[in-house]
Amino acid sequence: MKILTAIPKPLRAWVLPVLLLITWSVYGHVADNLSPAYVSILSVFERAYLLLASNELQLALEGSLTRLIKGLAIGAFIGFVVGGLLGASRLLDKLFGPSFNTLKQISLFAWIPLMSIWFGMGDTGKVVFLAMAAFFPMVVNTYEGVRSVPRELLEVARVTRLSRWQVIRLIVLPSAVPSIFTGFYLSIIYAWLAGIGAEYFLSSSPGVGTLLIDAQEHFLMDQIIVGVTVIGLVGLALNASAGRLEKSLLNWRGKSTATY
Amino acid sequence: MSKAGHLNLNHLYKSFHVKDKTLSVLEDINLSINPGDFISIVGSSGCGKSTLLRLIVGLEEDYQGDLLLNGQPIVGTSLDRGIVFQEHRLSPWLIVEKNIGLGLVNSKISDAEKASLIREHIELVGLTGFETAYPHQLSGGMSQRVAIARALVNRPKVLLLDEPFGALDALTRSHLQQELQKIWEKEGITMILVTHDVEEAVFLGNRIVVMEPRPGRIKKVIDVDLPYPRNRNSLAFNHLREQVLAEFGEDAQGSDETNVALLEPGIDLWRFSW
Repeated sequence: MKILTAIPKPLRAWVLPVLLLITWSVYGHVADNLSPAYVSILSVFERAYLLLASNELQLALEGSLTRLIKGLAIGAFIGFVVGGLLGASRLLDKLFGPSFNTLKQISLFAWIPLMSIWFGMGDTGKVVFLAMAAFFPMVVNTYEGVRSVPRELLEVARVTRLSRWQVIRLIVLPSAVPSIFTGFYLSIIYAWLAGIGAEYFLSSSPGVGTLLIDAQEHFLMDQIIVGVTVIGLVGLALNASAGRLEKSLLNWRGKSTATY
Repeated sequence: MSKAGHLNLNHLYKSFHVKDKTLSVLEDINLSINPGDFISIVGSSGCGKSTLLRLIVGLEEDYQGDLLLNGQPIVGTSLDRGIVFQEHRLSPWLIVEKNIGLGLVNSKISDAEKASLIREHIELVGLTGFETAYPHQLSGGMSQRVAIARALVNRPKVLLLDEPFGALDALTRSHLQQELQKIWEKEGITMILVTHDVEEAVFLGNRIVVMEPRPGRIKKVIDVDLPYPRNRNSLAFNHLREQVLAEFGEDAQGSDETNVALLEPGIDLWRFSW
């Protein structure tokens, strides 16, 4: 307890990474026969510099992020609409809910063969796959949010004679926003993970996943570590920017789901 | 236009259907409420007093008998009838002004008039300065004041109050009772208060309706002739209180309130995060 409180707050999150780096470099100095899979921290930085200097990393990021934004926009939007409709209408829920729940059970990667035949191995196939990854969590959480609007507030809406659209705009949507945001976070994460996966399974075009595959093929341990780190950092940045957006929309709550 | 409403309940019956059984909740309720009356309805739990309010406000339907406001049968909700629930039921994403304004969304008056009505009612319930606060920044008593303002902002003919102060501490409760009484005198509208607090009923009502449970019936209507504002310690007040208590026997003594011990969250590194 004393150890932890001795570390200033903003630095606490760095405890684990720093310990990891120290172990890493100490291991390199003290180990007798290093495995060929071992690379020093320095060579990882060198590789990162080389990838940046040759513009390879920027191109890879640009490719991955462009597909992410396209897929996320399409998937999250359709997911929001579908989830909202299923949540708002008992009829639609009865008609399509069971089918949706069946589809949801299918592993995302099981769609890849179909996606590649329908939409090709290029960017379109990948974007569709990403959109699917973003779609499901958005539907589930939007549905949940719309369904769990407090009955008490709906009664207030009846007493104050709000119309159907006013109820949706003033009561249902705001009350569902926290849940919708949870869905959006998951969509971002799923889409980002699926995007890297898609680069593995669908033929290569510039991307961070492709960078990793190349590194694996040529046994470039340093490039693998650069790639993994970049994927993690991008994920972190995506989560943080979504958190900022949520905070501005949900200042009535003062708590964010982004931190979980 | 008369501000207050004349309510007539004639042979009013209400039952709920639970599975195959029919559960009678209200039986043969007859009550004539004059414009500007303050009616207190007391009774132990299960006597249908809340259902009666929900019928009058229009949240429950399918009743037998007559339920008339100024001679017109009550169908559904209307801006003529406002209600304050036991919980404040404020929208947490709306600031105080907007929560109160919810009652005016469909009023056919200009925005400027709406704004001035809202301002007036914030002042009426003593919340000037809190116009832009979010509900989570308010205490229980303040939230209930907002709920009262929201119910009053359309200038309804009838205001229904369903145990509005039941969840508040004793001090806040007696304070709000006094303020509600002043508001009633100022606005001159009909108010119907449901409560299980006999003192509250006697303090506020000019007529007290005592109900008995299973099925809910009116046991007795007691007129209260004491002048306002009433002194809770006066002999006449206590005499009336005893009289009402005697009407609904022993089950009135038991309070529904339970004490929940609040755990003080200590600064402990190993505590759970909630």
